[in-house]
Amino acid sequence: MQSAPISDAQATTPRKAVYVFEAPVRIWHWVHALSIVVLCATGYLIANPLPSIGGEASEHFMMGNLRLIHFIAGYVFAIGFAVRLYWGLVGNKYSRELLYLPVWRKAWWRDLWGEVLYYLFLRREAPPSVAHNPLAQAAMWCFNTLLGLFLIFTGFALYSEGLGLGSWADTWFGWVIPLMGGSQSVRMYHLFSMWLIIAFAIIHTYMAIRADIMGRQSSVSTIISGWRTYRD
Amino acid sequence: MPTPETFYEVMRQHGITRRSFLKFCSLTAAGLGLGPEFAGKIAHALETKPRTPVIWLHGLECTCCTESFIRSGHPLAGDVILSMISLDYDDTLMAAAGHQAEELLEQTIEKYDGQYILACEGNPPLNEDGMYCIQAGKPYVEKLRHMADHCKAIIAWGSCASWGCVQAARPNPTRATPIHKVILDKPIVKVPGCPPIAEVMTGVLTYMIAFDELPELDRQGRPKMFYSQRLHDKCYRRPHFDAGQFVEKFDDEGARKGYCLYKVGCKGPTTYNACSTVEWNGGLSWPVKSGHGCLGCAEDNFWDKGSFYSAVTDFGVMGGVESTADKIGGVLAGAAAIGVAAHAAASVVSHMRRDKSEESRHD
Repeated sequence: MQSAPISDAQATTPRKAVYVFEAPVRIWHWVHALSIVVLCATGYLIANPLPSIGGEASEHFMMGNLRLIHFIAGYVFAIGFAVRLYWGLVGNKYSRELLYLPVWRKAWWRDLWGEVLYYLFLRREAPPSVAHNPLAQAAMWCFNTLLGLFLIFTGFALYSEGLGLGSWADTWFGWVIPLMGGSQSVRMYHLFSMWLIIAFAIIHTYMAIRADIMGRQSSVSTIISGWRTYRD
Repeated sequence: MPTPETFYEVMRQHGITRRSFLKFCSLTAAGLGLGPEFAGKIAHALETKPRTPVIWLHGLECTCCTESFIRSGHPLAGDVILSMISLDYDDTLMAAAGHQAEELLEQTIEKYDGQYILACEGNPPLNEDGMYCIQAGKPYVEKLRHMADHCKAIIAWGSCASWGCVQAARPNPTRATPIHKVILDKPIVKVPGCPPIAEVMTGVLTYMIAFDELPELDRQGRPKMFYSQRLHDKCYRRPHFDAGQFVEKFDDEGARKGYCLYKVGCKGPTTYNACSTVEWNGGLSWPVKSGHGCLGCAEDNFWDKGSFYSAVTDFGVMGGVESTADKIGGVLAGAAAIGVAAHAAASVVSHMRRDKSEESRHD
């Protein structure tokens, strides 16, 4: 199964910088990241509220505000997600990588295996890639695209409970609740997904920084400037 | 005595005065959330429409639905409705017993084929060919199917008939199955709750026999008039939830002050029922008002949804492993962090080693 390792000459051939992430993708990335941080913090506190505050109920609006911030951040997450999907259709070829996995391409599987070996320290250099390597693309597709959709559907289903029967959210997303076995179950799956996205964010951040330090290509600066530069 | 033709005639025969009858009509209109003009419409319907028989069957259940029903907070409604339904068949309430009682079922089918309402309390167990619930020498599921074949519509009383309830809780040894999964070709109105609220039951039944149609149902087949909102949406403790004031323990200051019970497991935010508006025992109280969280008894599968005393509940999908979303997720995120740290350390080591070997090669 193992592919022939790339020869040193090939790996060290100097390459020109490539414009990978267009402005909408970069803006979306950081808006999305910020919304996830806000959603996780408020979401955790909605499931596990802070210790009670004393005084009259009319003097406070703690949970109310937490929920409001969560809902606003949820809108940002969902609208950003929709814009990003749209950009996946009209943007450059790298922006499409979030939409699908090229499972029919043999080279994709070969490089995926190569990446796995690379991260297991069984191979010195990672297979060359421009935007997302196959491992990153697979992770993005599962944890960003699929999980993001799941969070949006369960999130708006729960939101529809507040808006009420017949609301737009109920019409579009209300069917999720009986499908998943009731309101409490949807809540718990939604909460569990938060932990999955936290786990993903930890690994994602680590991989990006590691690639910057140890890899041959720029990584963190690429999602800021859009340009992928090559070190060698 | 001729067989009464309308509900009004039945009621008069049972000694209910016209005044009481009209009171009942306005009470029902109010209970259903209909305008004042509907009191007259209900009265007119009950006076003129041919009487719709109601057959009340009992499967695997505890009879709490019947207990709730006959304790309707408004004795008037209870009396009136009882006089309406006890006429035909309800093995708990009827005078007849044995062969005489079972004969009534066949008589109803003969006389009112396709016209009667089938009210089902409890559900049929399907394992062992239905042998876990035998009535008149036959499995209950056969009786249910037989009666459903000839009925106009079905009311599924309570969480048993609507969802399965306690007898269908994991691992459901008798394969107790809710009505809508057994009877597929008849309109079914679900009136969940363990038990449902008496006024909700009488309201739904009266609506169906007075207007000769199903009440408007939500996606899961529950009447919108009673099940379109969560208890949480109309809870009188809701301001404390929004403020962030919670009972942390049942004997703390917050409990004495009547704070929100969310943190001690109240399922009001996930339960659709009318408890917080109609209340129980004639508007006397309801669980949250008495200081205990809602268990979510009107929700599908509430027995298997984890602790009644915690907001974050068991997952119930991991093959019986009882663990909450926060526990499993926390472990996963923690494992990711540890994995990342270990990988980072390994990367540094491998990098240093490579540098060394390259240095030695250069030498």
